[in-house]
Amino acid sequence: MPKTALQFHHNGREVALFVDGGVNLLVALREIIGDMTPKFGCGQGGCGACSVLIDGELHLSCLTLAETAAGRAVETLDGLKDGPNLHPLQRAFMEHFAAQCGYCTPGMLMAAKALLDRNPTPSRDEVVEAISGNICRCTGYEPIINAVLAAAAGGRARA
Amino acid sequence: MTRHRGRGIASINYPIGMNLGGDPSQALVHSNPSGKFTVSLSSIDLGQGMKSVTRQICAEALGVPVEDVYVDTADSDTGPHCMGSFASRGTHRVGNAVMAAAKEARGVMMEAAAEELEVNAADLETDGRGNIHVKGAPHRSISTKDVAIAAQFKQGKTISGRGIFLVPLSAVDPETGEMSPATCYAHACLVAEVDVDDETGEVAMVRMDSAYELGRALNPRLVEQQLVGGAWMGISHALYETPEPYYPDPVHGPRDFVEYVMPGPGDICPHDIAVLERPAADGPFGAKGPGEMCANPVLPAVANAIFNAVGVRMDELPITPERVLRAIKAQGGARPQTRR
Repeated sequence: MPKTALQFHHNGREVALFVDGGVNLLVALREIIGDMTPKFGCGQGGCGACSVLIDGELHLSCLTLAETAAGRAVETLDGLKDGPNLHPLQRAFMEHFAAQCGYCTPGMLMAAKALLDRNPTPSRDEVVEAISGNICRCTGYEPIINAVLAAAAGGRARA
Repeated sequence: MTRHRGRGIASINYPIGMNLGGDPSQALVHSNPSGKFTVSLSSIDLGQGMKSVTRQICAEALGVPVEDVYVDTADSDTGPHCMGSFASRGTHRVGNAVMAAAKEARGVMMEAAAEELEVNAADLETDGRGNIHVKGAPHRSISTKDVAIAAQFKQGKTISGRGIFLVPLSAVDPETGEMSPATCYAHACLVAEVDVDDETGEVAMVRMDSAYELGRALNPRLVEQQLVGGAWMGISHALYETPEPYYPDPVHGPRDFVEYVMPGPGDICPHDIAVLERPAADGPFGAKGPGEMCANPVLPAVANAIFNAVGVRMDELPITPERVLRAIKAQGGARPQTRR
């Protein structure tokens, strides 16, 4: 099968690659670009571990054809920190012990970022809804909800 | 349709570790010429905090800052033997092995420091900040880094220690059946409150209150993290997940995360936890460890709460809406029990 030339913005940097038809964005990110932060959990949209932002919107990269990202801005966990400075959500996850094994963490952080980008002052229910597509096996969700609320509150305090 | 509120309680007595032919774990501790220490283990950190806790134990037993200790849970091919991270044994078994190894390494470190300071090792103490000094004379001091360098390049000594902790096999007495499968026990009590819908059979968690006695909590935040996450898994085992919903018939087994149902962030409930610390005589710094016990009391407490709410005794897990409805139908309707 002929490969397709594809260009998009990956965490602010333009990338150009060739992909086979039908390859999903998760595979393109992990195996071609080498960004291992989106995780492969189930491969069918059931767990949220592969969540990334495309033009600021939350997407499951395992269900997104790589070619549909052409010309768009793809954000992954790898782009969340600013140089050596962690994103406020990352710091809140650390402070609230919101990660144990860590496998769901990249997807959780992207789901949380998508929420806070469009709604900087979410209610608890809104946080719960925002992470409902992401499965966590370790934390019981409570520390994750608390971390997202704390990051939102921290953002308000600075504003 | 009526929603019935019910409350149930469960208490558990939980053995730490296991007894399948003896339960050993080993640890090795050595210093690098930088004066930092490495703990070698085959034990695995699954996210429960094994690396953090063994790091704390090693630093405390050596008398050095926790930042100066690195834990390498390398590989079971090359590391010292460990039975594994299961049976709630990590903190207790591995922690004890690390403590023994760190004590042996501390002995060598103090001897090496004594040689440098030209005093008797028995007169030395550590300040926990990376220095070793003569008791009562803190100015007669040497850093652990300088001791490590002297041991390595001048004295020709390895600052290292070996540790093993073994709970030997407890055989069963053929006459009485008596045995001692564990050397220490953790305890917990949990009260669960649920709402049971008698039209749909759905059970919703309302709140949980619990007390866990688990020896000394070496890292209170990690203990809390384990208890919160473990209780969620208890809810999941009680009400949601199973690979074989019609066991022993394997039909309708879930094939993926869409069918393998677990409680999501909207299905959890407030959980108030009290941690009681009764140091274990044979635990590292008195620790037993939370482990699997985090999840265990939730299941019977939820089953009891359902009985309290609608009067049905659920004895199969998970307690799905279908099972609850069938049980309510079989007894001719919901029969709320008295609230105590």
